[in-house]
Amino acid sequence: MDVAAPPKRTAKLGRDIQAKLGQQLRAMYDDVVNQGVPDRFAELLTRLDEHGEKEPK
Amino acid sequence: MALDESVRQAVLSAVPSLRAFAISLCGNVDRADDLVQETLLRALANINSFQPGTNMSAWLFTILRNHFRSEYRKRRREVEDGDGSYAESLKSHPEQHGRVEFAEFRAALAKLPSDQREALILVGASGFSYEEAANICGCAVGTIKSRVNRARTRLAEIMSIDSVDDFGPDRTTRAVLAGNDR
Repeated sequence: MDVAAPPKRTAKLGRDIQAKLGQQLRAMYDDVVNQGVPDRFAELLTRLDEHGEKEPK
Repeated sequence: MALDESVRQAVLSAVPSLRAFAISLCGNVDRADDLVQETLLRALANINSFQPGTNMSAWLFTILRNHFRSEYRKRRREVEDGDGSYAESLKSHPEQHGRVEFAEFRAALAKLPSDQREALILVGASGFSYEEAANICGCAVGTIKSRVNRARTRLAEIMSIDSVDDFGPDRTTRAVLAGNDR
C-alpha cells in the first residue's frame, strides 16, 4: 500500500535519523528484555502447574 | 492443567519480551506487569486453543494486546494523551516508568496514537514481521506498514530531530533536568 508517502520530509528524515530512532527503540525495549523473567512469573507458572497436577489429566 | 514442560518453557521465555511490549504500551512498569500476569492466566486457561507448532510468542502477544485494548477502552483517559500531560509525567517521574535515560524517548512514544505505537514496537523492537504484526493486531499487512511509517515520521517530529547529533545523552540529560525544574 502506498501510504500517501509523506514526500520530501521523509526523504529529509533520512536513513541516519531512522536508524537512530530504531536504535533508541530497541535499546529501550531490550533494557526490559534483559531483566529476564521476574520471580513472580516463574512462581505463577509453577503454582498453576502444581495446582493442575493434582487433577487427573 | 498440568503444563507440558515445553509449553512452560515457551511461555516463560516469552515473558521478558511480553513485559517490554507491555511497558511500551502502557508506560508504567507496575501496570505492565499486571498486564503480563493477566495475559499468562488467560493464556494458560485457554492453552488448548494454542496450536502446537505455531508461534507461542505471537499467540501471547495477541492475548496481551487484545487485553490491553479492552482495558484501554475502559481507562482511555489514563492512556490517551492528547494534551501530552501523561508524556510530561514520564519526564518528571521517570523512575516509575523505567530507566531515566529512556524517559524522553518513552515520552515521545506515549504521544503516538496507540495503533501506531503498537505497530512500531511489534515491528521495530519485538522483531515480528509485518505479517506477524498484522495477525497480532488483527488487521491487514498494508495497514501495519502504513502505521509503522506514520509512527516513525511522527516520532521524529515529536523529538524534533534536525540532525543525528541531536540525539544522545546531552539531550536526554537536558530533558530530565528540565523535567525536574517544573
